[in-house]
Amino acid sequence: MTEQTHEIRLHVNGVPHTATVPARRLLSDCLRHDLGLTGTHVGCEHGVCGACTVRLDGLPVRSCLMFAVSAQGHEITTVEGMAAPDGTPHPVQRAFRECHGLQCGFCTPGFLAVVAAFLEENPDPTEEQAREAVGGNLCRCTGYQNIVRSVLRAAELAREHPGAEPPGAGAAAEGGRA
Amino acid sequence: MTGKMFGAPIPRTEDERLVAGRGRYLDDLGAGAYAAAFVRSPHAHARILDIDVGDALDVDGLVAVYTHDDLRGPMAEPLPLLIPHPAIRDGRTPHALAAEYVHHVGEPVAMVVARDRYVAEDIVERVRVDYEVLPAVVGVAAARRADHVVHPGMSDNVAARLLQEVGDAPAAIAAAPHTLELDLEIERSASTPMEGRGVYARWDAADAMLRMYSSTQTASGVRAAVAAKLELQLGQVEVVVPDVGGGFGVKIVHPWPEEVMVPWAARLLGHDVKWTEDRREHFVAAAHEREQLQRVRVGFDDEGRLLGLDVRIWHDNGAYLPYGVIVPLVTSTQLLGPYRPGAYRVEFDSLYTTTVIVTPYRGAGRPQGVFAMERTMDAIAARLGLDRARVRSVNLIQPDEMPYDQGLVFQDGRPLIYDSGDYPAALAALLDLVGWDDFPAQRERARAEGRRIGIGLACYVEGTGPGPYEGGHVQVETSGRVRVATGLTSQGQGHQTILAQIVADELGVPISDISVTTGDTRRMPYSVGTYASRGAVMSGSAVALAARRLRDKALRIAGDALEADPDDLEIVGGRVRVKGSPASGMDLGTVAVLANPLRYAFDEASRAATQFGGPADFDRPPVAPDDAPGLEGTDFYSPLRCTFASGMHAAIVETDPETAEIRILRYCVVHDCGRLVNPLIVEGQIHGGVAQGVAGALYERMAYDSDGQLLNASFMDFLMPYASEVPAVEIDHLETPSPLNPLGIKGAGEAGVIPGAAVLAAAVEDAEGFPITRMPISPSELFHLRRRFASGEIPPLRARRPAAPAPRPSGQES
Repeated sequence: MTEQTHEIRLHVNGVPHTATVPARRLLSDCLRHDLGLTGTHVGCEHGVCGACTVRLDGLPVRSCLMFAVSAQGHEITTVEGMAAPDGTPHPVQRAFRECHGLQCGFCTPGFLAVVAAFLEENPDPTEEQAREAVGGNLCRCTGYQNIVRSVLRAAELAREHPGAEPPGAGAAAEGGRA
Repeated sequence: MTGKMFGAPIPRTEDERLVAGRGRYLDDLGAGAYAAAFVRSPHAHARILDIDVGDALDVDGLVAVYTHDDLRGPMAEPLPLLIPHPAIRDGRTPHALAAEYVHHVGEPVAMVVARDRYVAEDIVERVRVDYEVLPAVVGVAAARRADHVVHPGMSDNVAARLLQEVGDAPAAIAAAPHTLELDLEIERSASTPMEGRGVYARWDAADAMLRMYSSTQTASGVRAAVAAKLELQLGQVEVVVPDVGGGFGVKIVHPWPEEVMVPWAARLLGHDVKWTEDRREHFVAAAHEREQLQRVRVGFDDEGRLLGLDVRIWHDNGAYLPYGVIVPLVTSTQLLGPYRPGAYRVEFDSLYTTTVIVTPYRGAGRPQGVFAMERTMDAIAARLGLDRARVRSVNLIQPDEMPYDQGLVFQDGRPLIYDSGDYPAALAALLDLVGWDDFPAQRERARAEGRRIGIGLACYVEGTGPGPYEGGHVQVETSGRVRVATGLTSQGQGHQTILAQIVADELGVPISDISVTTGDTRRMPYSVGTYASRGAVMSGSAVALAARRLRDKALRIAGDALEADPDDLEIVGGRVRVKGSPASGMDLGTVAVLANPLRYAFDEASRAATQFGGPADFDRPPVAPDDAPGLEGTDFYSPLRCTFASGMHAAIVETDPETAEIRILRYCVVHDCGRLVNPLIVEGQIHGGVAQGVAGALYERMAYDSDGQLLNASFMDFLMPYASEVPAVEIDHLETPSPLNPLGIKGAGEAGVIPGAAVLAAAVEDAEGFPITRMPISPSELFHLRRRFASGEIPPLRARRPAAPAPRPSGQES
């Protein structure tokens, strides 16, 4: 019993990759184990926890609910691609560090993806909106209080340094949704 | 010791890596390793008749399938009973793979090794196991009835029974002017870290060495256990703990079946093997906690002062007892909280059921104990018509009674003696923070708007930082960089940051020059593990002691070189200098060069340490008999007994008159963990603990059916709270230093979760006007309680609220 595989091309963090995968290979597993981008984490594999969230054409998606073969033709941004090309951390990454918005760090990449996308649409959220924005991701360590603070702080940082948005984050709109 | 870094709320040194996606968690390691998956029992209780792997053999990518028949020697024996205790009557532990019987759904029956995890899981589905299904035993009541017995050879399901007594509680209760009896119940929840368990093993046949990575809370424990199972010398096994995606207690259990099977298979196959737990596996094959029934009998005087307390606890320990009786032992001792109980009698039964094992989850039995005591306090207040804070205050141990001996034996086998604490100050701070005195007016305003609100409070004392010991190793490199190692592991508590803060102050070096390693037996083989809020207390103290040794040595060597008395030297900014004459001195890196006498120079700096490099004292050998080369220090901290942190929580809730939905309006915490190393981190620990307390009080439970099937084994059905469910937490700190350790600190990791069920039960009860005796409570449960209350089936709390708030004066009837 041998499984059929497919050669796919994925565009991740602005870099083209190829991989040979069976049709059932999850995007999360492909990113982690075929491309070695282990910053994307897998917490439940049924789409509830949000740890595996990446950005697909700018939109946050759960990479455990998508097959790698169906991610072809889309621009994928993972946590490894959030910083600017010169290594300057994304405002959301800075804010989570400043505000102690993470403890074990396992859920963090998913939160970062969600918050980065949210702030592009809502650059000046209220605390309630910030809490709502992260309301689809699970964290077992922080009690969310410092995550909400991080969202507000990230908004502040982004406003202090307009135009500092790294590529991948904003490239979103151009890619569109295929 | 007062320094700049100790006490500073600095951002964590761990985070730059973690926010960039450069963490290394277990499943990030081992590219190219074979993947393991496990055939698990679908039955709660069964006898294995046959295992047929015939269908699996033609799957491309299959490497091996193993069953218990393949195991020999110690591998075929049950896993160890980690913490033996005289109260254990019959301590059963599981096998690495089930031998004849399975005792819970999810128990591993066979191991599949394959090219990747997808294939391994395909094969798991093709392994056919014939079972003779036996009766399930689910819940404390069924375990007590013992119509069916979980383990063959036992006449009932009582794994352990322990009685502790101080004074004659039944007599004190019989003689008391007032008595009460409460039946209480608390359900299961679980640690549920975002990352499950995982093991990755590499066998080096040429060196006959095993390197193991595990997502564990104890590197040294896994090392010793795996060495024993695989019949290896300890020196042949290295255990490295990578970044761990949360633990909360579940990962202190070791060795798991998977944790011995993976290295065993790696050695047998001569190939790396990895197993990463998936979410369903974590629900059915890791560990749970909390489930207990309790019966409290209490006698008290007119002011609510405890005269006698008699508590019976029935604790569900699940299918096996690998962690001994720690959880019910903690419940039965920490139940006393900040109070003098009068005479105390407590007896627990720890019971086998055909469900997942029960081992410590953050709080480790304390939430149940606090639930029992605080429900009792509220019941006393209701009975006497007294303010609830007032009843607590007459029972509090006073600061001048410290150290206070409760007369019991604690979970570390040592006396339960509180070292320090100021409970009256904590209560006063809490009442201020939550606005206790103003609440009746707030309640009236809400009532006028058709809203129903209630307030509750709950107090706890928590033994933290138990021994036996932890170690610290601190070394200054010739570059001046400082390497720190301790053996216990980190799961997000920020140990790298706080240990660096401690060493920075002890040594006088910038924190940016310090790197910290935890949980790596190559760097610090002597260790116990991370549990019982002991990281900062134990390893913090150990690295401080080690740094002090190093500092003494650095000053001695620099004193020789600078021809100065070491007492006249100080270390500032990584440089040893003469006090009052900062220009004359040398970098710590240079001291490190001089600390290691050399024959061979390897760079410019090292020339100074070679044998022709400078003046020497020919009457002394290059390394004195009582000295050792290198600028490093190692020391161990072993406490006399636990240090006792404490805290009090208050919550205001609103219950919807129609839907019975429960919303937390405010959640206030007064917390005393001694001296704070990093307030930012301590507050983060409290936030996370409170979230788990709220989760266990209002949302999470393990829904077993009577056949022992866990019905909600996914994040779809197990209601782990999102940001929308967890309240903002208001915190006030007290800092009562511990006299027991060199830094005056107490543990903080578990505290936030401990009074969660108690405080929310109290607040809901206050809003509703009838007793809440069972947690967690869901809206539908509250709705049904309201119906039973309305029909007269549940009696009201006796009207206890005076018209005017007056918590501090002596008791008044309303």
